[in-house]
Amino acid sequence: MESLTNRKKVVSDKPMTFMEKLYIPAILKGMMVTLKHMLKRRKTVKYPEETRTFAPIYRGMHVLKRDEQGRENCTACGLCAVACPAEAITMTSAERTKDQMHLYREEKYAVTYEINMLRCIFCGLCEEACPKEAVFLTDRLVPTQFERDEFIYGKDKLVESVDNRIDITKRQFTGKRTKI
Amino acid sequence: MVKVTIDGVEVSVEPGTTILNAARQIGGDVVPPAMCYYSKLPGTGGKCRTCLVEVAAGSAADPRPMPKLVASCSTPVQDGMVVNNKSSQRVHDNRGGVVEFLLANHPLDCPICDQAGECHLQDLGYEHGSAKTRYEEDRRIFEPIDIGNKIKLHMNRCILCYRCVYVANQLTDKRVHGVLHRGEHAEISTYIEQAVDNDFSGNMIDVCPVGALTDRTFRFKSRVWFLKPMEAERSCSKCCGKAVVWMFGNEIYRVTARKDQFGEVEEIEQKTAWLCNDCRFEKKEVTDWNVLGPRVINRQSVISQGKYATTIDKPVKRIS
Repeated sequence: MESLTNRKKVVSDKPMTFMEKLYIPAILKGMMVTLKHMLKRRKTVKYPEETRTFAPIYRGMHVLKRDEQGRENCTACGLCAVACPAEAITMTSAERTKDQMHLYREEKYAVTYEINMLRCIFCGLCEEACPKEAVFLTDRLVPTQFERDEFIYGKDKLVESVDNRIDITKRQFTGKRTKI
Repeated sequence: MVKVTIDGVEVSVEPGTTILNAARQIGGDVVPPAMCYYSKLPGTGGKCRTCLVEVAAGSAADPRPMPKLVASCSTPVQDGMVVNNKSSQRVHDNRGGVVEFLLANHPLDCPICDQAGECHLQDLGYEHGSAKTRYEEDRRIFEPIDIGNKIKLHMNRCILCYRCVYVANQLTDKRVHGVLHRGEHAEISTYIEQAVDNDFSGNMIDVCPVGALTDRTFRFKSRVWFLKPMEAERSCSKCCGKAVVWMFGNEIYRVTARKDQFGEVEEIEQKTAWLCNDCRFEKKEVTDWNVLGPRVINRQSVISQGKYATTIDKPVKRIS
């Protein structure tokens, strides 16, 4: 059938000329290409020693934020889970008791909060849906694992620790509200 | 029969019908929202002012327009009346003002509230509310209290529609809760905490347009949009036993009455299908109910969001 595009190349098997049989011009031409590339700047980095800088809005591993007083922001409202196109987020909630006032900011809190990192497509819609500024994507990467269930990240891996806060200030002021 | 025109749609209704009920007979966009009026509870209405409409012509005999907007839930129609609801900018602006007043003391804790997703105030705020508040004073703050062992009262969220008071008056043998104080200090309460205990007191939860009265057996269990509403029935000696069970997997998380498109408890066999507390709070096993099948849910409702089957085949906007 006649080709619909003209990208097809017709193979020819005409005999080589004397100059072509020498191969030397062709080798020199090839070496020139190699030499040109030796003088160019390297496109790769020496990975373990050197790492690339991430864009400030890189969408990597999630973090569940705490407020200034160290209380968890998440109130298990379920908006991230309903926004998630990959159905990666699940949670259960419970009521905060009187002696948990310093642990959770709102009356209701997430007892479990799980993100399946194998399902997650890192689209950032959970972050966009969150009304409590609790879930953010960060510039950290999800490390490789050997077992599939190790990719289901619970609150132990997602909630930031009180003394070691994750900086998300760069992505926080992208047109969202600034005051809670 | 009298003829009335609402938003350009003519309808003939029984004399004495209110504008709101005439609009409900037309249905669709022309129905004004109602936060306090409840057609199943005689005497309700006239309190929240969200159903205000413009009467462009009073009647065929006297076609002068009414000077002020009128509450459609308590104004009877007259022959030849012309009413503007959706088509009037004045009504829209006024309703925005009413919503602002209703939200003046509302805590806006929708992420926590169990009513979120089926809340009338949420719908109203979405359509008419502004994104910013002009209210600088502190909001009224009450601690949530348990009224009865099955109902939680969040007075913060209450808009004082009095529907629950009418439920207690008309469905139960004696009312033990009501509105205390007046004006700015008015609050729903019982004089003795945990006093509401009657077979039909749970219906207060269903009539509450906001999340002020919520089910303690469902408290913070899940969000309504993660649950699947299924129609179910059981034989009950106290009530009709026809309900909606909200399921997650094979578990019943909560039981509510069947509600119609206006958020009111449905009429089944000429009787309003109120539920007794036994059906509502105690029967949470699948074996207690005869589950009939999934309930029809409005596509626009958040409750239909979690299910792919309903979100994929969204109605396509036709270009005409």
